[in-house]
Amino acid sequence: MSRAHYSIFSVLRESLRGHTGWGPAWREAEPKPDYDVVIVGGGGHGLATAFYLAKHHGPLRIAVLEKGWIGGGNVGRNTTIVRSNYLLPGNIPFYELSMQLWEGLEHELNYNAMVSQRGVLNLYHSDGQRDAFARRGNAMRLHGVDAELLDQAAVRKMVPFLNFENGRFPIHGGLLQRRGGTVRHDAVAWGYARAADRLGVDIIQNCEVKGFKREGDRIVGVETTRGYIGAKKVGMAVAGSSSRVAAMAGLRLPIESHVLQAFVSESIKPFIDGVVTFGAGHFYISQSDKGGLVFGGDLDGYNSYAQRGNLPVVEDVLEGGMALMPRIGRVRMLRHWGGIMDMSMDGSPIIDHTPVSGLYINAGWCYGGFKATPASGFCFAHLIAHDQPHAVAKAYRLDRFATGHAIDEKGMGPHPNLH
Amino acid sequence: MATPGQGSGTGSQPNRLETGGLVDRSRIVRFTFDGKTYTGHPGDTLASALIANGVSLTGRSFKYHRPRGILSAGSEEPNALVELREGARREPNTRATVAEVFDGLVARSQNRWPSLDFDVMAVNSLLSPIFVAGFYYKTFMWPSALWEKLYEPAIRRAAGLGRASDEADPDTYDKATAFADVLVIGGGTAGLAAALAAARTNARVILVDENATLGGRGVDDGADINGNPAHEWVRTVEAELSSAPNVRILRRTTAFGTYDGGTYGAVERVSDHLAVAAQGVPRQRLWRIVAKETVLASGATERPVVFGGNDRPGVMLAGAVRTYINRFGVLPGRRAVVFTNNDYGASTVAALKRAGAEVVALVDSRAQISDEVKRIASEAGARLLLGAVVTGTLGKKRVTGVTIHTRTGEEERLDCDLVAMSGGWNPNIQLTTHLGSKPTWNDKLLCFLPGTLPHGMSLAGAVAGDFTLGKTLVGGTSAGSAAVTAAGYAAVSVPVPKAADESDAVAPLWRVKSPNGKAFVDQQNDVTESDIELAEREGFRAVEHLKRYTTLGMATDQGRTANVNALAIMAEITGRTIPQTGITVARPPYTPVSLGTLAGHHREKHFKPTRLPPSYRWAKENGCVFVETGLWLRPSYFPRPGEKDWLETVKREVTTVRNAVGICDVSTLGKVDLQGADTAAFLDRIYMNGLKTLPIGKCRYGGMLREDGILMDDGTVARLGENHYFITTTTANAVKVVQHMEYCAQWLWPELDVQIVSATEQWAQYAVAGPKSRELLQKIVDPAFDITDAGFPYLGVGEITVCGGIKARLFRLSFSGERAYEIGVPARYGDALMRRLAEAGKEFGACAYGTEALGVMRIEKGHISGPELNGTTTPRDVGLGGMVSTKKDFIGHVLGKRPGLVDPERPALIGFRPLDRSQRLRSGAHFLKRDAQATAENDEGYMTSVAYSPSNGHWVGLGLLKRGPERIGEIVRAYDPVRGGDTLVEVVSPVFVDPEGVRVRG
Ligand SMILES: Cc1cc2nc3c(=O)[nH]c(=O)nc-3n(C[C@H](O)[C@H](O)[C@H](O)COP(=O)(O)OP(=O)(O)OC[C@H]3O[C@@H](n4cnc5c(N)ncnc54)[C@H](O)[C@@H]3O)c2cc1C
Repeated sequence: MSRAHYSIFSVLRESLRGHTGWGPAWREAEPKPDYDVVIVGGGGHGLATAFYLAKHHGPLRIAVLEKGWIGGGNVGRNTTIVRSNYLLPGNIPFYELSMQLWEGLEHELNYNAMVSQRGVLNLYHSDGQRDAFARRGNAMRLHGVDAELLDQAAVRKMVPFLNFENGRFPIHGGLLQRRGGTVRHDAVAWGYARAADRLGVDIIQNCEVKGFKREGDRIVGVETTRGYIGAKKVGMAVAGSSSRVAAMAGLRLPIESHVLQAFVSESIKPFIDGVVTFGAGHFYISQSDKGGLVFGGDLDGYNSYAQRGNLPVVEDVLEGGMALMPRIGRVRMLRHWGGIMDMSMDGSPIIDHTPVSGLYINAGWCYGGFKATPASGFCFAHLIAHDQPHAVAKAYRLDRFATGHAIDEKGMGPHPNLH
Repeated sequence: MATPGQGSGTGSQPNRLETGGLVDRSRIVRFTFDGKTYTGHPGDTLASALIANGVSLTGRSFKYHRPRGILSAGSEEPNALVELREGARREPNTRATVAEVFDGLVARSQNRWPSLDFDVMAVNSLLSPIFVAGFYYKTFMWPSALWEKLYEPAIRRAAGLGRASDEADPDTYDKATAFADVLVIGGGTAGLAAALAAARTNARVILVDENATLGGRGVDDGADINGNPAHEWVRTVEAELSSAPNVRILRRTTAFGTYDGGTYGAVERVSDHLAVAAQGVPRQRLWRIVAKETVLASGATERPVVFGGNDRPGVMLAGAVRTYINRFGVLPGRRAVVFTNNDYGASTVAALKRAGAEVVALVDSRAQISDEVKRIASEAGARLLLGAVVTGTLGKKRVTGVTIHTRTGEEERLDCDLVAMSGGWNPNIQLTTHLGSKPTWNDKLLCFLPGTLPHGMSLAGAVAGDFTLGKTLVGGTSAGSAAVTAAGYAAVSVPVPKAADESDAVAPLWRVKSPNGKAFVDQQNDVTESDIELAEREGFRAVEHLKRYTTLGMATDQGRTANVNALAIMAEITGRTIPQTGITVARPPYTPVSLGTLAGHHREKHFKPTRLPPSYRWAKENGCVFVETGLWLRPSYFPRPGEKDWLETVKREVTTVRNAVGICDVSTLGKVDLQGADTAAFLDRIYMNGLKTLPIGKCRYGGMLREDGILMDDGTVARLGENHYFITTTTANAVKVVQHMEYCAQWLWPELDVQIVSATEQWAQYAVAGPKSRELLQKIVDPAFDITDAGFPYLGVGEITVCGGIKARLFRLSFSGERAYEIGVPARYGDALMRRLAEAGKEFGACAYGTEALGVMRIEKGHISGPELNGTTTPRDVGLGGMVSTKKDFIGHVLGKRPGLVDPERPALIGFRPLDRSQRLRSGAHFLKRDAQATAENDEGYMTSVAYSPSNGHWVGLGLLKRGPERIGEIVRAYDPVRGGDTLVEVVSPVFVDPEGVRVRG
């Protein structure tokens, strides 16, 4: 089995022998009777957690348990936007750490996940929005994060294809983070899986956790569809399934499950370089390296565990799209799909201990957890290894709703569907 | 016998058969492809017309830029994609196989340079050993900076198929909703039989079909029904259905998605077959069809076989060959090799022979076939090669021959210009899987059949695995009867039409081993069988991994001709069965849908409705500049001749209000009417301040919290009667407050007797503000009403009449800090009242003022508004801590006491003025201690609202500063790097005008 280092040289070498020398990107591991750490959930966060645990906190015997195939959850369903343009001090350092980890990701993993910093531009349509963006941009700058406030002329120069002439809500300008952009989502899961595997992590697919085993108030293992697996520590990183999995441990989370849809068009010649978000409707868009327009909008709005959405939001999203860019009218939607969002009560995540000793939780990512993947893994690994939160994730406590320290970027309050 | 190219009226269409087909030969249409003009007939698709003209090279492949032609005759087409039309109507990636020709049609090939014939990007083929599946994940990593600068731009330049138009789409799109007892999806023989059975009751029946004409495969195959050609039976049924009042036939309509609750999304291509949509007619229409019962009769799609060079122009699906001959009267080739693993090979041989083509050979991978097939082959003079496979194709831009691997292991070459291939059929089960149901594998039919069906759905015809004509008619009739019965109608017995059942025997053949050249699985995305082997080697064995790693099935056809072959090949490599290997799940839409169709009329100016305040017309006449405030268009300011900018105008408006009187339309504020015996108790639980003592005829300022103790909204509460209250909200929260109240009334306290009605649109309301406001009102208010300060003091409210008997409400409220009133009249009098007020105000020097002046004056008075009510502030944060009742329980009371919300370190409301009074302030600036470094640790709050204060002669601002109220007199930095600002400001009281509040009382 070859576990070659990836590089242009190995690709050229293999091209001469029909690519027969490549081995599996990760082993098909069989469950062992027990591990030091079991991570539940083979999405981006679970795999990243396993990787950073193995890299920085080892030696540890680590397994990632995935009920289906890795990357089949939200990490493979999202619209791939990464950014650190947050407002609140509880969030900015965390997402900025994530951004910095993205920036070094391909070398850290020896895997090209196509981290593509072509900019994220949030449009504003009123003086009030402009000032709110100024406040946010200034907060970012105070944290050493890049932010620029553009006026209408600068926006027009950057994205001339928007509707500047007869929009219902005229575009006045935008907040730009040049370091924001997109990352190839599947490759993130695969890259972390491969790198974790090379550090000895067992990635076990088709292994659904069905229950937690405790002794007293301590976790000792998990029941799975592939049998019992003992564990000194268990970390949950199951995103849209958080409330269901936590319920198996007797926990009720401050989380509601909602559907978010995403859309991709047929592949067309690229004309949208970065990410653009509409400030007067629920619509955001980018264009992939294959040429598909990738876009999305608002939550469907009702609680659901079904990974599908319905027409009203499809229409709502495209109304926003046509309002912003009436030239895309004859481009066709190729697919649309839904993912289940673990919407928390303040729109911000939770990375914390649980009341059950040895059980840790990583949840509440809402529709913004893809960009968080590296930092989430990094900080969750730190928490599991040291039993202490990482400095940039201190605010993501489970008890913050009880103490009144909500991290509410949008000011929507305890209405998960509005964040 | 029909022979190509000699008929009259076919112009120069060399491959048009002399007879046959359903095109209208009496008319000729002209179109261009890549600049060259051709002719066709109404009824042709672009593909059939190109075939008629002998054009076989229609495009280039995505990655390797290999020459590609027409593979299919339907919406599954992966290769023949063109840019249709020009300019603002340019449509990239249009399938030539479904685009109907019209006179003047312009089509272009795409993704090639400089021309289709000579495409330099074809060098990619030479690099194909490197460009295998997933190669980009392994390289382009050094140096990092080059990814965005070099590698990715190069990839993006090569990416994409056609070009989107760079002008706004000029066409319109419609939306419609329809309700059906029985929806029949698919107008082939099964669907028609089902629709007929359902239609003979009174049930509301809707029949949709993606094609322009009904009939489906039965017509494509030139079969007989009841002893006559199938299309005659189709015509009779169509006539009956068309004349039935309970039936709606939607042609050119694709049901693209199954949604919850029996809802189907469908798109009707109303005008795509015309050069330009007629005036007032949309290009396309989105249908949301809600059906009690649905008969899915969506047919099946033929599978290609994976062999070397199977993508070369001239290699075509066998069923498509029959369609081109039977439906369109064109001949796709003159020397054909038929390559198959099933008994349909026979009908293809027969159709070709009938059309005058030479059938060189029938290559059948099965060693044993029926005598009937043998007989047909021999009658056609075709060589019969049993147990043999096609390993490769010869030729460059068109097939000139094939290499055969015979049963005895010999290699043979055959000359031909057409390869008609068939690997069997895949039922079109997509609509059964959109809600998550998993299909099941059928080992005899060698295909996936629908699993558990969505509620209310049943199947008929090929989608159910009934591939033969006779079975489609039997199945269709009984599915139609069953559906209509389930929908609650008494079924009428319908005779089943008769047709022969050909043999549908099939044996597995997914790929030809050791192919001669590249063997494509997904033609559009250039995924070969060796890519699948590579994916397997690298561990991407789960079907979804395979798809995502190789991009198989991700192209515009969603892998309709690729997925099952890929799965079968993966199964073969890994030694598992197909069901063990997995299934691929389709996502909506079934075929791609134009984005404009999904948006309908809600675009550009009509994206959202525009709400106009009652004085809109008057304001417009008076030169007002408006501003979007949510959906409202509110008067912003009223410039007068000679004023050089908005600031000068606003200064004048403010000064006028402060010295004389101004009029402002405040109708956009939310207004809610509450009545019922428990209204007082209800409001007392909603508002944070006490309201129980509010007497009739008085109003009070109030604030309400969210459940989490955060300030939600502020406004006024007026008590009009014992059990009658009228409250106002901010403009932004008008809807939210009503929702909140309804939630409380219906869910939290259903026992309370309170009725809540939004009255925002019902009342026009104007603020009349300034020292002369009462004098002005005196001119309007009918004399019977006493509005002197004694009779109508500050915070009074009364129901009065104005202008000689018009019902009105008067409130003595002030946002500006001046003596002020708000006067409300039924909205229909709003315009008239504005005119009267303006007229009557002349003698007092009155002016109208807009949101700008309103904003300036509220900032001067330290009143909070949107920027302070931002969903994260507590009453204490914004200086309203004193209003919060300690004597009662109310929403937000308990959670508002959480430590995080009562922390004294929280930023609190304070006023600011620039140290250098000539400097301007900007909201959004953050506060730092005067000499502190600009770092996150030193961040102490931010400026929320600023205005130039004419009363003070300099800029003033409000903001939230850590421990702000304790820091009056301190100088702090207002740091605004995104706008290049860094201003020293002085912390002052947030009230910049009349701090004692004497003016409001007059
Ligand atoms: C449509 C859409 C668009 C989005 N757009 C963006 C965006 O542009 N930017 C952004 O930052 N974020 C975005 N997100 C959010 C982001 O995708 C998620 O927040 C993030 O991926 C969640 O973390 P994850 O990758 O670990 O989750 P997942 O990939 O969902 O991983 C969780 C895994 O847990 C597994 N699992 C569940 N239960 C069990 C069990 N009992 N046993 C074993 N395994 C189990 C699941 O199968 C799954 O693989 C979007 C999400 C969606 C759906």
